[in-house]
Amino acid sequence: MKNSNPEYLIFLGCTIPYRLPSYEISARKILKALGVKLVEMPDFNCCGFPIDPVNHELASALATRNLCLAEEKEMNILTLCNGCFGFLNKVNKMLKEDEGFRKKINEDLNEIGMEYKGKVEVKHLIHVLAEDVGFEKIRQNVKKSLSMIRVAQHTGCHLLRPSKYTLRDGLDGHTLLKELIELTGAECLDYVDEGECCGNPIIGVNEDIPFQMAREKLEHVKRVNAQALITVCPFCHIMYDLNQPLIERRFKESFRIPVLHYPQLLGLAMGFTPEELAINDLRVKPIELLNSIYNAE
Amino acid sequence: MAGLKHIFENTTVTRINPRFRHEMADAEKLLLCFQCGTCTAGCPVSRFSSFYNPRKIARMVQLGLKDRLLSDAALWLCTTCYTCIDNCPQGVEVANIVRSLRNLSVKERRVMPLISKKLALNILKSGYAYIIPESRIRRRITQGLPHLPRSNLKQIAKLFEVTDFLDTIENAETFEKVEVKE
Repeated sequence: MKNSNPEYLIFLGCTIPYRLPSYEISARKILKALGVKLVEMPDFNCCGFPIDPVNHELASALATRNLCLAEEKEMNILTLCNGCFGFLNKVNKMLKEDEGFRKKINEDLNEIGMEYKGKVEVKHLIHVLAEDVGFEKIRQNVKKSLSMIRVAQHTGCHLLRPSKYTLRDGLDGHTLLKELIELTGAECLDYVDEGECCGNPIIGVNEDIPFQMAREKLEHVKRVNAQALITVCPFCHIMYDLNQPLIERRFKESFRIPVLHYPQLLGLAMGFTPEELAINDLRVKPIELLNSIYNAE
Repeated sequence: MAGLKHIFENTTVTRINPRFRHEMADAEKLLLCFQCGTCTAGCPVSRFSSFYNPRKIARMVQLGLKDRLLSDAALWLCTTCYTCIDNCPQGVEVANIVRSLRNLSVKERRVMPLISKKLALNILKSGYAYIIPESRIRRRITQGLPHLPRSNLKQIAKLFEVTDFLDTIENAETFEKVEVKE
């Protein structure tokens, strides 16, 4: 049974409003059309993930403050970012399972007049699409089949691992994004090392390794002749789209692989125009891809 | 024999602390690690640079080489892809051990990556990991996006304070890059 009137608190995080409004714009468009009601998260803060390397307790307290805000609203959280999902979901589950941890974090939260009770759930966009909207309803909303294009997907680490926190009943994280892509009619190609990391989290201390990782991914995607790479995380997207020209220059290689947020791909299939989905914001312009879609007989 | 002499001169026995792993969170299961190296074999960072080697880090924690571990810049190269956690046949959460080592290094040595300090200061000042420019916030209106809420900075500062991080973040020294030594 699918949830006929899904309602979520949208947790934007920091990177999407700062660098990738195209993801937010396209996600809001498709969710509204699919009947998912979004309520704005009041005075939220960073999910806490960027602080985890330097202070796990503070990072967890920052995450828990967001969870408490959702508890006050009595609503579950929807995130667009893998980093936010991974961290909020992990902290939420740790708080529910580990009494000692919960007591410690609640002592911190008590200082700001809050208490974590364990009443909400955290989901990523692709979970809401699969579990609340459902494949059938998405299929019904596809007005223009994208059967003329071939793409590849990159789900991103924090939706896949640690599996202890990311496994969900009835869903296979490794194939979910593929299935969602195929609902648009597009073919989703397999390639080598699909589950491998984009490298973005360490780019602040070392560029060489993440750029080599991203280069390898783009090579794998190019080798199977994918016309685009589809992502659902701002960090992965930045690595493959915004940084693609840098990677091309550094390694003297040409990729020209457009990288679309999944809601942009689904949005095109649902009949939204490229302008409505902020596709022109992409660094690598998907000119040939759009030509294939709109000039197909 | 020159090799042996070298080893003796460079080993300070007192620096080995077998109880070290008890000081760390997430390291209880480390006794189960038999050094199979699955973590390193699956690590995408190790594939591009042998400078980062999670198996070696696990062994050093078992031996209690605390000083060497906490001053090892390679600690900061884990991307948190968590492949090592899912692959470990013994259930050792290697990436979490690396996180604990980073935390401990910041706490005891008062050194952290410049990027971490910047992000933390941004959160303290704005609630967000970046200082989002006014122009970007205004552009949301023309893009048809809802207003971005302001965070409760008083509450956030309090969380920094009660987790003992205010002083650290103000006084910690920073380093900009991790130079990879093969």
